Amino acid sequence: MPQLFHRGANTIARASIYGGLGIIGLFFWVIYAVNDSPYFDFVGVPRPQPVQFSHKHHVQDDGIDCRYCHTTVETQAFAGMPPTHTCMTCHSVLFADSPALAPVRQSYADNTPLAWTRVYDLPDYVYFNHSIHVNKGVACITCHGRVDEMPLMWRQKTLRMNWCLSCHRSPELFVTPREHVFDMTWVRDGDQRDMGARLVKEYDIKRLTDCYTCHR
Amino acid sequence: MCAVLLLASCRRDMQDTPRARTFQESKFFDDRMSARPLPAGTVSQDYGSYDELLETGKIGQRVSEVFPFEITAEVFARGRERFNIFCAPCHGRTGDGDGMVVRRGFRRPPSYHIERLRNAPAGHFFDVITNGYGSMYSYADRVPVRDRWAIAAYIRALQLSQGATIADVPADKRAELTGGGPQ
Repeated sequence: MPQLFHRGANTIARASIYGGLGIIGLFFWVIYAVNDSPYFDFVGVPRPQPVQFSHKHHVQDDGIDCRYCHTTVETQAFAGMPPTHTCMTCHSVLFADSPALAPVRQSYADNTPLAWTRVYDLPDYVYFNHSIHVNKGVACITCHGRVDEMPLMWRQKTLRMNWCLSCHRSPELFVTPREHVFDMTWVRDGDQRDMGARLVKEYDIKRLTDCYTCHR
Repeated sequence: MCAVLLLASCRRDMQDTPRARTFQESKFFDDRMSARPLPAGTVSQDYGSYDELLETGKIGQRVSEVFPFEITAEVFARGRERFNIFCAPCHGRTGDGDGMVVRRGFRRPPSYHIERLRNAPAGHFFDVITNGYGSMYSYADRVPVRDRWAIAAYIRALQLSQGATIADVPADKRAELTGGGPQ
């Protein structure tokens, strides 16, 4: 009986086995990469807004504190979005005729709110409270990045559960002294672990990793 | 085929439940606001029973000369922090009226260090923060009642600081000033 397969068939067999595994691996890698990309988590993607509001201008150029507009960030779950009244405090005089601010004037005249697109939107099954984070020494920039350098607003972090847990498991790696929580330009000098361990004790920060901490 | 099946299972009912989250657009109300406006005449219950001096800065028709609660070092510290957040953009950190927003073209407010405002009663500053004055809008929705009084107290401290002499500094602290500190 003659040989059914010539010698080259060995090579084809090996190539198809490893190649097949490779294609399956590639398939899962593509799913992972797409799932992990800004296409889903919007990291670094500026969102369309009714007004081209620049945090960079208002924070860096004008030196306005976060809390001037986000008034409830220290006391409530929601950081607070400024009513149009707050915008008009300055813009009744400054850039009062600018076409860029026409929607703001319209909103003030009609008493209808501006419909901003949420940039940091958690799923509804997650409980989150700004005030406890701010008061326990989680700085604005820890989650929101250098907002004072963002001409348009984008998401700085993924908001994925593993990102939340990285801090909930090891708060000492992220905690900031309370007096610098709202400071955009503060950089820690020295060892974060030493300072973090001290602050975790001082602020009585607990490692809250139970499911019901956030999913309640 | 697998991808199609996976995508078919993508629903966002859990991420976006029908309940209204803060300031979310509402499909139920005609004006599309889930946060409902307060009915006219609503009285805040934040501070317990109504306290005229605390919430209006007035006693009867007269603007109050006194504060409704004791001004401690903590109140000053709070007032300083809140002043620098809400007032300093226009009034400047020392109250001269040359804040960053003024330098960008907003109408210049009067300095706190003029005769009229040095002699103004404490309740005047509370009233201006609450109801606005001239080009200044009301800050009642941004600054809670007690913080407004803390800011008024800090403005008093700023006024004292700008007219202070070396004789006002306690003797044991004077040495700290001779080094040429901030002018």
